[in-house]
Amino acid sequence: MRARSMLLVVLLGLGFASPPVVAAQTTVLHPGEYAPADIAYGSRIYDAQCTTCHGANGDGVGGVDLRSGKFRNAVTDQDLTRVITTGIQGTGMLAFKFDPSEITGIIAYIRNMNSFDRGSVNAGDAGRGRTVFDSKGACARCHRVGMQGSRVAPDLSDIGAARSPASLMRSLTEPTSQMMPINRPVRIVTRDGKVINGRRLNEDTYTVQMIDDQEKLISLTKSDLREFAILATSPMPSFKTTLTPDELNDVVAYLLSLKGR
Amino acid sequence: MNARLKSRATLLKSCATLLKSCATIILLFALAVAGVQAQVGSDRLVNAAKEARNWLIYSGGYFSNRYSALTQITPANAKNLELKWMYQAAAAGAWQTTPLVVDGVMYLTQRPNDVVALDAKTGRVFWIYRHTLDPTQIVCCGANNRGLAILGDTLFMGTLDAHLVAIDAKTGRLIWNTKVADSKGGYSVTHAPLVVKDKVIVGVGGGEYGIRGFVAAYDARSGREAWRFNTIPAPGEPGGDSWKTCPPKTADAFCDPEAWKHGGGSVWVTGSYDPGLNMTYWGVGNAGPDWNNEQRPGDNLYTDSVVALDADTGRLRWHYQFTPHDQYDYDSVQVPVLADITWRGAPLKAMVWANRNGNFYVLDRETGKFLVGKPFVKVNWMDTFDERGRPNQTPQPSGMPTWPGNQGGTNWYSPSYSPHTGLFYVSAWEGYATIFGGTPVEYQEGRNFGGGVNRSFVPVPGAPAVPGIRRGPINNWTEAAATGAVLALDAGTGEQKWKFPMTDVTDSGILTTAADVLFTGGREGYFQALDARNGSLLWKASLGAQIVSGPITYEVDGKQFVTAISGLSLCVFGLRE
Repeated sequence: MRARSMLLVVLLGLGFASPPVVAAQTTVLHPGEYAPADIAYGSRIYDAQCTTCHGANGDGVGGVDLRSGKFRNAVTDQDLTRVITTGIQGTGMLAFKFDPSEITGIIAYIRNMNSFDRGSVNAGDAGRGRTVFDSKGACARCHRVGMQGSRVAPDLSDIGAARSPASLMRSLTEPTSQMMPINRPVRIVTRDGKVINGRRLNEDTYTVQMIDDQEKLISLTKSDLREFAILATSPMPSFKTTLTPDELNDVVAYLLSLKGR
Repeated sequence: MNARLKSRATLLKSCATLLKSCATIILLFALAVAGVQAQVGSDRLVNAAKEARNWLIYSGGYFSNRYSALTQITPANAKNLELKWMYQAAAAGAWQTTPLVVDGVMYLTQRPNDVVALDAKTGRVFWIYRHTLDPTQIVCCGANNRGLAILGDTLFMGTLDAHLVAIDAKTGRLIWNTKVADSKGGYSVTHAPLVVKDKVIVGVGGGEYGIRGFVAAYDARSGREAWRFNTIPAPGEPGGDSWKTCPPKTADAFCDPEAWKHGGGSVWVTGSYDPGLNMTYWGVGNAGPDWNNEQRPGDNLYTDSVVALDADTGRLRWHYQFTPHDQYDYDSVQVPVLADITWRGAPLKAMVWANRNGNFYVLDRETGKFLVGKPFVKVNWMDTFDERGRPNQTPQPSGMPTWPGNQGGTNWYSPSYSPHTGLFYVSAWEGYATIFGGTPVEYQEGRNFGGGVNRSFVPVPGAPAVPGIRRGPINNWTEAAATGAVLALDAGTGEQKWKFPMTDVTDSGILTTAADVLFTGGREGYFQALDARNGSLLWKASLGAQIVSGPITYEVDGKQFVTAISGLSLCVFGLRE
């Protein structure tokens, strides 16, 4: 048996060799389903960027009714993304530069203009959210924003450009559900018995790269390890009950404001 | 003629035949010893797999085994491999080419459609030919070119703007340039041509733009088209009835009454040839649109099929369809591997095939008869085969994952068959799924004709999708989305004999040798030598960028070399002296 096979045995023993793929199926949004938080976020971007031409009701351009759900140049959300980001030549539709979370929101809103109730949304306050982030939430103990905070957990300086509001809210209330697999915690025991805990940064067949709980970048050869376990549970606590709904909305608003620019 | 005279005539004839054979043997021996550059006649192509010091055909020989008889590099000494030389290309992007090596000269393509001739011992360049592309050309899936063919002193290359060019192998000068199809409609030629006798055979890519695919043969001297086989039959032609009439129109359904006109059926990789049967075999790509099969009722022949064609006329001899009425983009974008094996106690002219749809197949290559179908990765789009090899399809409910995912259990990268071990080796993606969703799409020339909203299956519900299939040096897919492996399968049964697991997925081709050494790469950038008998690692080198082409091996001045292309670098290895 080769070294790699032995490592797999270690993983099997710890229950991590089979990724938890099947269990996740039931909560995947189906095509045509959009998270309310994303719709709400999209409505705000739409109000700021799109109403000048398309109007508040989506019917400001002759022959185009965004509320109808039918578009001349787009069928799928991928088509809509293309139209929004590249424009339509020969028309007044310009190319817009939005980040992925904004695109997610705009499309969610356009797809739900008819049914969306603006009164149902608490958009949160980014300023208050920053205060919660720094004090009650103590988020900087693990996360970093700009030049402040720890590097042990993922850097959040541009998280608002990458993640949609719904994803951020779930990160706060169900952290494991939103943890990207590359960020999974790693527990290692070297041949000489040294225990290393950290967060995975990269991995290949023969090696693993990580940042440990002392913020040290480490690269290890798997065949040198006695134990190598990739944990599927996030070490981040849930804030579902420790923060109020308003505080959660405020933190999401603050995170959304972090665009890394 | 009396018996005595007849006997003398027979004797003289035998002597003449013997002398002719001796002369041929002496000539070949002299060429081999002296390293003289001789023309590559069709007889040399027929025997390419036996001419181990060279690599004369894209897949190493007409049987497409990617197996070399060279034995200098062995499981015992592979640890002594070292870099001998490198050649750096200028254009970025996945470099998918397979070089040819002819009597000490290496010929290879580089992006977008250059041909380079260089010294196979040092990497020094003799000449470069640059094809000027039509600026209106559009091509699916990257500006890839996978290689060349040779006949005589002429090289042949398909181009991204759907031309076939002939180039003087000594000078790099253009000899002829034939338009294969209109590139504005999304047609392209990305694979290495296949020379059979006096013809150059190519197929067209572009299924993602709604082409109507074909395989065509061109006269090697003039470039004139000799025959054409449409991979999408018209109504009234054999197979045309597999593009069924649309049902009565309803408000919700969208059905295209002329779906066959843009029915796809691309040819992305090189075919194979059996000189004894005079059949040439080609894998045919997905139907158009890729994912919305509702708008094209019927089996949609000859998409996702292998077609066996008469090499002289292009006439269809038989076909087998791996994925009828496909909605997963499971095109048969694999090189047909031909193997003479013993099957259930009897000799069999077999075709062995690990398909993108996740199943391994054994077919009788004389008749196309289905003999074996067995999953080599997780499969849930079908469950059983009937006796003729038709899969019982089990489409998953909306929003649920389908295994294998859109890129398949394997894809275009070449497998290998070793007659020495009797094993078939394939690069596989394991644990990889996609949530498919077809949507209606109307054909417009030159516009994407996918017809689907597919999502990578992410084991983190609601989280941002994993990045696209083209990624950087960080494996942010991880084991959660997919892992890679080299699988060794019994060529007669598909039974897995061993597995070499990789953390990241792999798009590398595979090479095996008579010394039972297997070479392969992967996305992680490692170039690895494995023991072909048991999968144990013999040697590896980290080359720093993904390896997305197939290694080859050749010999110059008595020394065996093996190639790997990683990123923009062609790296050539040999044994430490």
